[in-house]
Amino acid sequence: MENFKTNNSRRAFLKSSLLAGGGLMISFSGLAKFSLDGKINAADLPGEWYELTGYIKITQDNIIKIFNPNPEFGQNVMTSLPMIVAEELDVDWKKVVVEMGPHDNVKLGPQFTGGSNSVRMYWKPLRDAGAAARNMIITAAAQTWNVPAEEITTKAGMLYHEKTGKSGTYGEFASKASAIPIPKEVKLKDVKDFNVVRHSQKNVEGVKIVTGKPLFGLDYTQEGTLIAMIEHPPAFGMKVKSFDAAETLKMPGIKDVFTLKLYEDGYEQAGFDTRTFNDLLVVVGATTWEVMNARKKLKVTWEPKGDTKDKMAGRGGSREVLVPGALESTATHFAKMKEYAAKPAQLLRKDGDPETAFKNAAKVIERTYNAPFLAHNCMEPMNCFAHVADDKALIVGPHQAASWIEPTLSKVLNLPADKIDMQITRMGGGFGLRAYGHTFVEAAIISKKVKAPVKLMYTREDDMTYGIYRPMYTATYRAAFDANKNLIAFHVKGGGIPENPIHANRFPAGAVDNYLAEGWEIPSNITIGAFRAPRSNFNAAAEQSFLDEVAEVMGKDPIEFRLELLKRAKENPVGKNNEYDADRYAEVLRLVKEKSGWSDAANKQYSRGVAAYFCHNSYAAHVVDVVKKDGQPFVERVTSVVDCGIVINPDAATNMVQGAVVDGIGNALYGEQTFKEGVPEKNNFTRYRMIRHREAPKKIDVHFVQNDINPTGLGEPPFPPIFAAVANALYKSEKKRFYNQPFSAEFQKKA
Amino acid sequence: MPAITLNVNGKTVSVDVDPATPVLWVLRDHLHLVGTKYGCGVAQCGACTIMLDNVAMRSCMLLVSAVAKRAITTIEGLSENGDHPVQKAWLELDVAQCGYCQTGQIMTAAALLKSNPNPTDAQIEASMSGNICRCGTYLRIKEAVKTAAKQN
Repeated sequence: MENFKTNNSRRAFLKSSLLAGGGLMISFSGLAKFSLDGKINAADLPGEWYELTGYIKITQDNIIKIFNPNPEFGQNVMTSLPMIVAEELDVDWKKVVVEMGPHDNVKLGPQFTGGSNSVRMYWKPLRDAGAAARNMIITAAAQTWNVPAEEITTKAGMLYHEKTGKSGTYGEFASKASAIPIPKEVKLKDVKDFNVVRHSQKNVEGVKIVTGKPLFGLDYTQEGTLIAMIEHPPAFGMKVKSFDAAETLKMPGIKDVFTLKLYEDGYEQAGFDTRTFNDLLVVVGATTWEVMNARKKLKVTWEPKGDTKDKMAGRGGSREVLVPGALESTATHFAKMKEYAAKPAQLLRKDGDPETAFKNAAKVIERTYNAPFLAHNCMEPMNCFAHVADDKALIVGPHQAASWIEPTLSKVLNLPADKIDMQITRMGGGFGLRAYGHTFVEAAIISKKVKAPVKLMYTREDDMTYGIYRPMYTATYRAAFDANKNLIAFHVKGGGIPENPIHANRFPAGAVDNYLAEGWEIPSNITIGAFRAPRSNFNAAAEQSFLDEVAEVMGKDPIEFRLELLKRAKENPVGKNNEYDADRYAEVLRLVKEKSGWSDAANKQYSRGVAAYFCHNSYAAHVVDVVKKDGQPFVERVTSVVDCGIVINPDAATNMVQGAVVDGIGNALYGEQTFKEGVPEKNNFTRYRMIRHREAPKKIDVHFVQNDINPTGLGEPPFPPIFAAVANALYKSEKKRFYNQPFSAEFQKKA
Repeated sequence: MPAITLNVNGKTVSVDVDPATPVLWVLRDHLHLVGTKYGCGVAQCGACTIMLDNVAMRSCMLLVSAVAKRAITTIEGLSENGDHPVQKAWLELDVAQCGYCQTGQIMTAAALLKSNPNPTDAQIEASMSGNICRCGTYLRIKEAVKTAAKQN
């Protein structure tokens, strides 16, 4: 049994959530606004819910409602997080009703989806909430039955007192329990007693999804809502000079055309306030099609905006960042990256004496890896509903981090945060893009200007050409060997536009005596943002491909070679701050070797590649099996192993890993955004190639390392290493190394 | 504008729109049937798939004037209670991640099984390759189509 003190001040939000519980009785009418499902009707539901912690409500009829605190974008939190509450509350999962929680950080914690943090961040608080509520119900029953609380047992939402033969439902005691003080300390279940968590449960929104119920931001509307779209510059580095909207305004349904500033001059941007285009040319009309059509009639003159400055909030006060105005092209990006790669860079980590080791080496290999900008391409394009009045605002949309956007809205709208009602919808994908708030600010200021409820919608073309891409990256790796082909030094120097990707303290740091990591950055007006496993998604691709070559030089099996390095890192680690646990890293490799039949003669028919990576506190390894199909290499099978500690919902977790594998293969082979004179060259799926059904592997076997470690991230960790596993398998298939993403560009040329 | 009469999910409805409006926006903006999704507007992603006389069609480039008198089926009309074999198979396999593309996937699959009740893997792959799933649920989609075919 684990004990947990609920008065732990380090986790203030949990404390608040528990304190918010006592005595609160809320009728459903107060919650109805949070539901996007038109089917829910207050009349169908019981009149009174008794709240037991901010996460749980119970009716007298023993209907148990659990609120999911965190935004859902496909990572299954809407199901997985309430499962954690249900486990400790000890209720029958089949009888639980799950609802998306309101945006309320006091009751429901940080409410941020990103960094594979949802389960990791909420694991303890949700267990505590479930256990606290159970404790309160037991106390209520003990008082009513006049028996010691310790003698009461629970099972599936029922209470039992063996000696007196009394029993009852949670619902019978919910009213009384809701008035009981919060327990100072709660006992948590032993992991081995779990019967909800670690047992696959179906997606709680599955029925709504397959029947097309309104779930997503784009589905939300209200009577009288106007549609707004933004005509943004055709190129990064441009802005509106002038416009003629006469023809547009003559089109049916069009209400207004105007310009607005996203942020006023001197606005200090927070980290996720990224602005790509500050001068917004807005078309507002009655329906989506009318606005789409009328936009085409705009006559706009664009002009270079020149160098600009962003005022960024920072830990040490605000700082100014210069955004260069020049129109950029992919060809010049490559030239500039070469130039920067040759210059001295920022030292990120140094162990031993790498310079001397390289000078004295019997053999040195050097390889350079490149990866392009990537668009997130969430299937649901960016959108937001806003209804801003003088004294309040309603904002409904798909976002990963309401709590980050709300302070920005508060400043821009000059409204106190408590006057802004932000509602969280299911997201049609996010992948990092939806942590950024500009769409929400745009919708809000447009609504304020037109004094009406507004639905801001990006077309696919808008979505794909609006920036906040995965950065363009490059890295040069060098390895030095002695006369006996021992690895004696390792050097990585990486950079990007506009961000340095290198994680200096990750493997193989800690496993090589002489180690050097350096980084550099090239400023750009092409905006970037988090993209599924930021930086890791490139580092793993490059580093794990390079290690494959290093193993080859040494004449070693790529898995055995990595295991040897990890053994060194475990037994006699080099340097400090090594981020990974060598044992857990080694275990995913050992297991993927076993599960993939790495050494089996029967698998010789495949061109096989392996890669592993640690990020977001979890470990992942893949073996990719490539075959030739119509003369082209094709990823036919993948074996995946992940260690993310306790797996909450195994079938959904398997789905997530399979999805990460498909996503990774797609981006490795096809993903790319390119530029010419500032213009993004791909603006829809006609030119931006996405992996299709027929291009996905036939089989993806997923295995989880079984342990009782508290759960860590899953959405991101399996994604980065798949790029390198594909590259290493392609090498076996095509007898050449693949250094430049997207890889398919090379074998397609050949075909 | 003269009203256009449509047959949507077995019901006759009348809409007052520009005849050049794509069916997608008539469904979403005028009839409030939002299960049919916008994904690309150029018939490349399949999120907007409906059935027109039992054949899968991308509704984002289909002019409303071209479909009068033809039977339009959207995800809302695929079954009365969400119990079409394809929908049931999607639930059984727990296919969805974000879920946004899945109504389009389901409509494509349902149309495939109407014309070909026992498709081969290659036929499933060919039919389903017009529908992008950004979350990468293709393996489960294939399994779900096969499961639904068995139930037929």
